[in-house]
Amino acid sequence: MEEKLIYKKPDSLNELKTHYCPGCGHGIVHKLIAEVMDELEIREESIVVAPVGCSVLIYDYLNCDGIESAHGRAPAVATGVKRVHPDKIVISYQGDGDLLAIGAGETIHAANRGENITVIFVNNAIYGMTGGQMAPTTMPEQITKTTPYGRNTDDVGFPIRACELVNTLVAPFYIERTSVHDVKHIIKTKKAIKKALLNQKEGKGYSFVEVLSTCNVGWGVSPIKANKWVETAMIPYYPLGVFREEKEKV
Amino acid sequence: MSKTVLMKGNEALAESAIRAGCTHYFGYPITPQNEIPAYMAKEMPGRGGCFLQAESEIAAINMVFGASGAGARTMTSTSSPGMSLKQEGLSYLAGAELPCVVVNMMRGGPGLGGIAGSQADYFQATRGGGNGDYRSIVLAPGNVQELADLTVDAFELADKYRMVVTILGDGYLGQMSEPVVLPEPTLKSVDKPWAVSGNKGRKPNKVMSLRLSPEDYLEKHNIHLQELYSGVENSETRAEQYMTEDAEYIIVSYGTSSRISRKAVKALREEGVKVGLFRPVTLWPYPMKELNELAGKVKKVLTVEMSAGQMLEDVKVAVNGKADVDFYGKMGGAVPESAEIIKIIKGYR
Amino acid sequence: MHEEIVISGFGGQGVLLAGKLLCIAAMREGKFVSHIPSYGAEMRGGTANCKVIISSEEISSPVIDQPTIVIALNTPSMHKFEPRMAEKGLLVYNSSLILDKPTRSDISVESVKANDISEAAGSLRAANMAALGFLLKLKPEIASMKSLVDALDEAISARNKMHNPINVKIMESGYQS
Repeated sequence: MEEKLIYKKPDSLNELKTHYCPGCGHGIVHKLIAEVMDELEIREESIVVAPVGCSVLIYDYLNCDGIESAHGRAPAVATGVKRVHPDKIVISYQGDGDLLAIGAGETIHAANRGENITVIFVNNAIYGMTGGQMAPTTMPEQITKTTPYGRNTDDVGFPIRACELVNTLVAPFYIERTSVHDVKHIIKTKKAIKKALLNQKEGKGYSFVEVLSTCNVGWGVSPIKANKWVETAMIPYYPLGVFREEKEKV
Repeated sequence: MSKTVLMKGNEALAESAIRAGCTHYFGYPITPQNEIPAYMAKEMPGRGGCFLQAESEIAAINMVFGASGAGARTMTSTSSPGMSLKQEGLSYLAGAELPCVVVNMMRGGPGLGGIAGSQADYFQATRGGGNGDYRSIVLAPGNVQELADLTVDAFELADKYRMVVTILGDGYLGQMSEPVVLPEPTLKSVDKPWAVSGNKGRKPNKVMSLRLSPEDYLEKHNIHLQELYSGVENSETRAEQYMTEDAEYIIVSYGTSSRISRKAVKALREEGVKVGLFRPVTLWPYPMKELNELAGKVKKVLTVEMSAGQMLEDVKVAVNGKADVDFYGKMGGAVPESAEIIKIIKGYR
Repeated sequence: MHEEIVISGFGGQGVLLAGKLLCIAAMREGKFVSHIPSYGAEMRGGTANCKVIISSEEISSPVIDQPTIVIALNTPSMHKFEPRMAEKGLLVYNSSLILDKPTRSDISVESVKANDISEAAGSLRAANMAALGFLLKLKPEIASMKSLVDALDEAISARNKMHNPINVKIMESGYQS
C-alpha cells in the first residue's frame, strides 16, 4: 500500500516544546501563520515582530527572522523594519493589552498610514502573561484579577472593538475578525491570515486580522468551556466577518 | 572640500547625518529642534532616504529600534520632554545592542519647562533614564562646526560598538548659526550580520533584549555589556583643553556654557590671571583621567553649567580631592554670564 | 574689530534675515561671525530679535550680555535693549515707528527713517534692509555694501530672488540717508 502524506509540521514552525498553557489559542494561530508562510513560500523573507505578552517568544516558534518590541510598540517597530526592507514580509503579532491599551496610539497610526504590514491581533479578553488582569477587550461582568467583582462598565467602560475602530480609518486595505474556537473557524482564520500576508506580498497595504481566542487558565474554565464562551459571549459582542477588503475611496 | 557656509546648528547636524549615511529618520515635532525634522523631510526623499513623522516620541524611538534592527543607519531627534518619552526605547536599544543616534537639543525643565536652551538633562543622558544597567555614549558639541563633525562620529561610534550615541546639544546650539564646513565622510559599508532582513541562506536572526533565564543568560549578557562599556571608557574619552598648561585655576564646562567660559578665560588671561578651560567632549565616557591629572596642577576647579550642578558630580569624582571644586550655574534656560565667571575666579586670588 | 549686535523688531520685520545677511557679508570678508535668533513662542507676533557677533578674532561665546550695537526697529525693542547696552555703544533706532527718544547719554544714538526709506523705494516690507544699509555707513568695518548685496544673493532662495533688486535699492537708500 502506498503511503500518502496527509499532514506534516510546517517548515516555518520550529520543533519546540510549547510554553503555552493547554487549551490556549496562541499555538493554533502560530501554526496557522507557519502553514501560510510555507504555502506562500515567504518564510525566508518574513520578519516577525514579537510583542510583550504571552506571545513574546513567538520568534522562537517561527523559523524566520524575529525582532522584539517594547510593550505596545510592535506597529512602530514593524514600521521601522518595513521602511528599511519594503520588499520583505513584516508581521506584527499582538495581544489585546499590547494592541489596544498601551499600544493603542501605535496601532491607530500604523493603520492610518496604511503601512504595508500585516497585523495579527489575538484577542482573548484578558492579560494572560501577567496573571489574568482586565484587558481593553475584557467582557462586561467578566471576572479578572483586577475586576474581581466583574468588569463594571460604568467605571471602566466597555470593551473596545478593534476591527470597527480600525475600520473608521481611510488607509487600511483589509480588516477581518475571525475566531479559533472550533475547526470551522480555525480554517477561516487561516484563510484570513493567508489573505492578509498575500496582500502585503502584493503591496496592497495594511491588513488587520483580529482572532478571537481563548485563555482558559486566565478565565478559570476548562478548554472546552472556554471555546464555548467565545461562541456565546464574545462573538455576539465581537461579530465575525470581513470589515473591509480594499482601500476606502475618499 | 566643501566651502564655508553659514548654517543653523540644527540644519548642519541634519545635513551631516545624511552625509554620514543616515537613511532613516523618525521624529516628532518639539521646539527647539524643529529644523532637524523639517530638513530631513525636505532632503531625505530626494536622496534615497526615509523621513517619517511619528505619532509620538515613543513611536519614533521604536521606529528607530525597528530600522536599526533591520540594519539601517537611523536616528531620531528631540528636546528634553521628548527625551523623557524616549527612555523606554533607549533601554530596549541598549538591551538588544542596536546602534543609533539620538539628538537631544536640551531645553529648560522640569515638566514642560521652557523652550530656551538648558543643560539640565545631563543626569538623564549620562546615567540613563531607562531601566537596567546600560550606558549610552554621549557627545557634547560646543559649536556648529562640531555639531556637524560629531554627528558623523556619532554614527561611526554607534556602529562600532552597537550602542546608542546621544548628541547632547542645547537650544542655543541648535538655533545658532555659525560658519561651517560640512564634513565629507568616507562611507564604508558596515556589515551587520545580526540584522533582520529575511533569513535566506542563513539561520534566522533574533533581535531582542528578553533573556529569561537569569543565571546563565541575562547575567552573562550584562557582563558582556559591562565589558563593552569598559572598552569604550578606555578608548573613547575626549576633551579639549584651552590655556590649561600653566593654569592655576580651571573652569570645567561643556556645550554652550563652555563658550561663555571660554570668553571669561580669554578676558582673565588678558588681565594676567592664569586660568584655563577643560571642556569634556564626551560626557559618557567622562574624561576622568585627563581631568584628574589636570586637577593635580591647579588650585581650584570651577564647574560652569546651565543646570543646578549635574556634571559637577562627575567633576568631583574626577578631581577626587586633588583641588577644591566650586560651582556656578544658571537654571531654567538662563545662561551664565562671563562677567560673573570672571568675578568668581578673581575672588579665588 | 569686535561688535556684539542686537537687531530687534516686530515678528515679520525681517530681523532674523537682517542678522543673517550681516553674518554672511562679514563671513565672506574673512571675519568670524555668529547668530542666535529668538525662537519659538517669542516669534509668534511678539518681538523678535537676533544676536549677531562680528569679529576679527575667533568668537568665544555667541551669547551677548551687553550689546555694542543695537538696531531697534520698533519701540518695545528700544526700551528692552537700550538699558542693556555697553557704554559707548551705538543705538540705531527706526524713527519711522519709534517716537520716544533714547535716554542714555553714554552711548551714541543715530536714527533712520527705515520704513519711510523702504516705502519711498517701493516696498512696505524692507525697513530691515534700510537699517542694514544705514548701519554699514556708520560702521563700514563690519562689511562693505558690496558684500551685503552679495549676501542677499547667497541667502535668498531662487524662488524669492525677484525681490532682490528692490531690496538692494533700499539698502543703498539706507546707506545714503
